[in-house]
This record gives sequence, C-alpha cells and structure tokens, in this order.
Amino acid sequence: MDFLVQNFAVLLFSLLAVLTVAGAIGVVTLKNPVHSAISLLGTFVMVAALFVLKHAEFLGAVQLLVYAGGILVLFLFVIMLVNVRKLRPESAFLSNLAPAAVAVGTLFGVMVALVMVLSRLAGPGADPTALRTVEGQVLGNTEAVGWVLYRTYLVPFEVVSVILLVAMIGAIVFGRRQASLEREEEGGQG
Amino acid sequence: MHGPLYDLVLLPLIKIVVVLAAVLLIVAYLTFFERKLLSYMQVRIGPNRVGPRGWLQPIADGLKLFVKEDLVPGQAEKFVFLLAPVLIMAPALVMFSVIPFGPELWITDINIALLFILGVSSIGVYGVILGGWSSNSKFSLMGGLRSAAQMVSYEVPMGFAIVSVLLMARTLSLVGIVEAQKAAHLWYIVPGILAFGIYFICGVAETNRNPFDLPEAESELVAGFHTEYSGMKFAFFYLGEYTNMLVVSSLATIMFFGGWLRPFPNVAWLSFLDVIPPLVWFLAKVGFFIFVYIWFRGTFPRYRFDQLMAVGWKWLIPLSLVNLFVIGLGVLLLKG
Repeated sequence: MDFLVQNFAVLLFSLLAVLTVAGAIGVVTLKNPVHSAISLLGTFVMVAALFVLKHAEFLGAVQLLVYAGGILVLFLFVIMLVNVRKLRPESAFLSNLAPAAVAVGTLFGVMVALVMVLSRLAGPGADPTALRTVEGQVLGNTEAVGWVLYRTYLVPFEVVSVILLVAMIGAIVFGRRQASLEREEEGGQG
Repeated sequence: MHGPLYDLVLLPLIKIVVVLAAVLLIVAYLTFFERKLLSYMQVRIGPNRVGPRGWLQPIADGLKLFVKEDLVPGQAEKFVFLLAPVLIMAPALVMFSVIPFGPELWITDINIALLFILGVSSIGVYGVILGGWSSNSKFSLMGGLRSAAQMVSYEVPMGFAIVSVLLMARTLSLVGIVEAQKAAHLWYIVPGILAFGIYFICGVAETNRNPFDLPEAESELVAGFHTEYSGMKFAFFYLGEYTNMLVVSSLATIMFFGGWLRPFPNVAWLSFLDVIPPLVWFLAKVGFFIFVYIWFRGTFPRYRFDQLMAVGWKWLIPLSLVNLFVIGLGVLLLKG
C-alpha cells in the first residue's frame, strides 16, 4: 500500500505510456481502418492524460479538443464516405519490410540517444513548475502558454496562422478547380 | 484525522456515486417530463396508466428495456456496435465531475473545466458516428454522417461563444466563472446575450434535438444512427441524449445565469430570496432550459440539411466572431 502511494505518479505514467504505445501499435497493425481510427482515438486520449499528468493541463485539453474531437472525426468521415471495409495487404510494401525496419530502428535509436545526451547537458532536475510559471509566479498552464505564445513568440505565432490560412485557401482552390473541370466534362458529354 | 485513503479514494467515491445516482434519476424522469409536456402542448393527456398519474412510467420503461432481447444485426461490426453506446454515455456522465451545483457542491474544481467539458463532449460524437457505421444499414450510416458534419460544424461557434465568457470571467474554472459573476454584480447574460443565443442554438444542435434532429429524422431515416439498436444499448443512446441536454443546460446556467446565485446577488433588499437554497436556484434554472428544449420540440419544424449547414457556417460563425470582437473590446475598455 505504501509503495502504491509513494510511487503513484510513476505507476500511473507507466500505465498510460504502455496504453499509448499499445494504441499506436494498434493503429498500424489493425486490418480494418475504422478499428485503426478507434485505436488512434485511444492513443490521443492517453496522450492527453499524459500531458495532464505532467501539469500541462491546457495542452491536454487542447489535445483532446483538436485531435480527438476535430481531426479524427474528419478521418472517420472520410473512411466512412469512401467505405473502405478492409485494406488489401500491399505486397510491395511488405517486401521492403526488412530495410524499412532497419532504417526506422536506427532513427529511433538516434532520437533516444539525442534526448538522453541533451537532458544530461541540461543539468539535473529541471524545474517541475516551469510549465506553469509566468514571470516568476506559479499560476497555471493556460496562463503560462498564453503568456509565452502572445508575448515571446507573437510574430512566429502570427506567421504560422497565415501559413495555415494559405494552406486552407490552396486546398479549396484545388478542390474547386477539379469540381469545375468535372462539370465541364459532364457539360461536354451532355 | 482521516487517512489518505479516506481523502483520496472514499470521499470522492461517495460524491461520485451520489451525483451519478441523482443525474441518472433526473434523466429518467426527464423522459417522462418531456412526454407529459409535449402531450399538454398537443392537447393530449400523455402517459397516465403506470402508477398515480403515470409517475412510475420511467421505471416501467427502464425495466422493459432492461429485460428486452438484445439484438445485434448479423452483418454488424460486433465490437464497434457494442462500443458506440458506451462512447455516448460515458463522456456525458464524465462532464458532471466538474459541474458545480452549489457553493462547495461539486465533485472537483479544475482550472481548465471549460476546456475539459469541450474536449470530453467532442468525444461523444464518436458514439453517434460509430453506432451509425457499425450497424451496417444505410439509414444508420446516413444518420451517422449527418451527425458528424453537424456536430463538428456547430462546435466552432459554440467554442467562440464560450471564449467570450472566458474573456469576461478570466478563468476556465466553472466555480471561478460563477464567483466572477458574483464579484461583477452581474449575470453574464446582460453583456453576453448574443453569446448566450449562439451558445444555446449550438447546444441544441450538438445534442441532436429539434429543430436540428436530422441525424435521427424519422420521416426519412427511420431512427437514424440508432435504427438497429434495441434493449439497453438503445437506452444508452436515449439516456445519453438527455444527459447531454442536462449538461448544456447546466453550462448555460453557470456561464450566463449566475449558476447557483440568486437573481441580482448584490441587491440588499432582495436578500429574502436567500431563503431558497443555492442548489434549488441552480436546479430551477437548469429546469427552465430543459423546458425550453422541449418547447422547441413542440414548436419548430425540422431544418433541411443544407439550411442547417448554412445557418451554422454563414450565420452563427461570423456572428460569434463579431460577438467575440465586441466583448473583447468591451473588456479591454472597461478593465483597462
């Protein structure tokens, strides 16, 4: 019992981490795309929980709201509209499995090594309240994110929003061009 | 005095059980309330056979659904078919964990409560989509697709309306929002009347209620996404809808009508109103919004789907942006 109470955070983190990874594995191994999407939903929710566990409540809530609530719904929408019940195993992909595994494994190893080296360089014990601190005062994660986003990184933030707007307009323009082309073809036949 | 076991496990557990039992009982009687109210609006009597004046009708309905055969269509996707009702019911109930019913009357008060509710409620849409898809019936699929488009569209103006409340209260905690209204000597309905209108319209759309009940439009889709469901699984969809109505009404009360506060909380000569406990004020306000929901159903014809999308995208979203701008400007000028 004492062991449970003392290591509660670590145990919770381990459980959530295992579930996150299990969900991610499910996304790529499940045959049915809808099952993959549900698995991805599980991963998103677990990542949100991990954020909350690390005192980044704002990021956790936004993760849930944007990824689980918005983006994945659109994924499902597309899957259901085109009605893919089962994915055919792609033989071309399967034949390249071994080199792909080596490449991805190497990349993963490099990333883990990099994180370990960087965290060693950063020195022992980063401040656990760093994500909640505004000008030396511990407030909340929401305030801290807002402060950093709209004061320190205001210009990059605005630039990103413009880039996203451009991407959106571009997608609409391409979509419309195709639709109008199809209409012309139909008009030509009729 | 008490150990950590009491503080961390037992006390929250008791609170959760009490709130859960109360919510489920209220939801069960909401179905009765709706049937009665609709009958009176249509000059009928409504259910009056089970118990005195029909008061035991919800219990009888519950028992019937409980013992009914649980049918799973042969062509259905079994696992997803089972998961969908859970995905609708669980988020709806989870949201009550952050709703304050009165002073010190809440399960927990977190500093991201509004975001939490928005996030969790957006999970609820999966129940509808997946239920529609897994039934493997064209009516269900159409209902699920409609619902997905509708709920994603109306989440946007709803979010903007909520952000305008956030600007005024400067906190995401629901308890904090009520206390901010007490400190401001003002219910937020006064500056936020437009925000409230947008919020409530979106709330009705999010809960798939009339006049936005296209996902289950019976004249074209049989029963929409829950056509193939029966027994307790159907009951989950049904109860989930009412629980969500309760959440939307509670949030409207908390954000715009002062939560558990009495009207004009700072006018001294009205203090005789304090005889009525805060919890009753809260429930009365929530009850009023539930009544409005049912009133809508008894009054308005259903939208066409393109009209529904036009209202959402061409009216509510621009309107909510204008509202956000005006309220932001007001807050900036008044608070400096």
